[in-house]
Amino acid sequence: MNPKPNSASPVATDAPAGGSVILAWLFVGVPLVWGVSQTFIKALALFK
Amino acid sequence: MADTSSSLLDRSRTIASAGYNRWLIPPAALAIHLAIGQAYAFSVFNKPLGSLISGDPANPAPSDWTPTQIGITFSIAIVLLGLSAALFGKWLERVGPRKAMMASALCFGGGFLIASYGISQHNIWLLYFGYGFVGGIGLGIGYISPVSTLIKWFPDRKGVATGMAIMGFGGGAMIASPMSVALMSHFKASAPQGVAPTFIVLGIIYFLFMQFGVWTIRVPADNWAPAGYVPNAEHSALITSGNVSADNAIKTPQFWLLWVVLLTNVTAGIGLLETASPLIQDTFSDKAMGVGNGVTAAAAAGFVGLLSLFNLLGRFFWSSASDKLGRKTTYAIYFGLGILLYALVPTLGHNLQLTFYVIAACVIVSMYGGGFATAPAFLSDLFGKFQVGAIHGRLLTAWSTAGVLGPLIVHQLHDHAKEKGLTGAAAYQNVFYTMAGLLVVGLLADLAITAVNEKYQEKGPVTIEAGGH
Repeated sequence: MNPKPNSASPVATDAPAGGSVILAWLFVGVPLVWGVSQTFIKALALFK
Repeated sequence: MADTSSSLLDRSRTIASAGYNRWLIPPAALAIHLAIGQAYAFSVFNKPLGSLISGDPANPAPSDWTPTQIGITFSIAIVLLGLSAALFGKWLERVGPRKAMMASALCFGGGFLIASYGISQHNIWLLYFGYGFVGGIGLGIGYISPVSTLIKWFPDRKGVATGMAIMGFGGGAMIASPMSVALMSHFKASAPQGVAPTFIVLGIIYFLFMQFGVWTIRVPADNWAPAGYVPNAEHSALITSGNVSADNAIKTPQFWLLWVVLLTNVTAGIGLLETASPLIQDTFSDKAMGVGNGVTAAAAAGFVGLLSLFNLLGRFFWSSASDKLGRKTTYAIYFGLGILLYALVPTLGHNLQLTFYVIAACVIVSMYGGGFATAPAFLSDLFGKFQVGAIHGRLLTAWSTAGVLGPLIVHQLHDHAKEKGLTGAAAYQNVFYTMAGLLVVGLLADLAITAVNEKYQEKGPVTIEAGGH
């Protein structure tokens, strides 16, 4: 069951993101970026 | 409306329609991994849980829980992660990712609620059962739930796709730690240390957050492939065109060699992470650097934070790089470069080379994270996509073993060094040399991995009912 190019199969797109894709990435991206920024601020103490 | 909620969770209801954008799948996976990655931030509760009776972390009451008692909670969770990933992997392949994600959300969120009740009653067994046992099962199912789906959606970028999800596990702690501190501060007036209500809120938040993954995840239709994708074997003969079941995979030497690879990489990484804060403070103390120039506790916390960032970045960077380099070569880099750096770190400490010391530690930790993220793609290369989630689940028992072995080795060696009167960098020297030795074992195991014998492969086409897709 190796994936093979198959014109009969449904095709998922790699097209530029639609609204739902952007919203989905924002939903997980915003908390992740917040967490990373908090950690980065904490890490700055090492360089003081 | 004939549909029931349970039928909505069935695999058959999650098959993507034509035109479904596969870039919705990584955020669905991230929603699960960002939530369960909270486990890495459990230590934020250590002091509050250890002072529920006295109310003062600096002066715990005799009846307060000890750090060792509290630490067992995390150990149970990690052991259950590995066990449940191994036990429920085949079930996951059969029922599909949506039902598995829902089970994970119920266990992980529910575990917090049970643990909260245990904390309010000061009953540590309920804490162990709730967060450790029930929550640990949620961790295991959640960790493997999106992996095989991602590999099926991204056969052309397996490393990138799984790297994104597993990066979320590293990022989860970065969200959980400040959020937990803020919640405990908010609830401090209404409950001892504010811990019990914090657990309730976290359980609800994580359950709801994971629902995004549950209802967004889709599996591709049979024989679906990305536009223009042609299966290739450009990196090595290790990439199979067949499929091996989970039961057969564990009969192959390749599985156990990869098990050793993961075990040694994780054990070595834990060796550094486990001691990061005292390590840098002891090595670059005021005594060694001159009064006022040593690494303070706040700076050491910054060092731990920096390592967390590189742990996260390494998961994505190295796993993505493995798509180009090949998995075996990528692991050889982890081990080859790791051996050099682990052997070098004590010398950097002796010579008080703080900058290079920090850089070396960051690279080491990035490869520790990379080791986790590259494993699913390596499994898919070796055993095919058929039951890769279940095989991955069984491989994660190496993580559980390393979770016990790593701290044990580190504490034994460090205690022994202190008993001999060694201080500063010298007290950690044998820890690093031992970890370098472990990485030599890992390198040899990696180099010994060859293509899986065709006799282990499934004969004929594999089906969903048989556990694949």
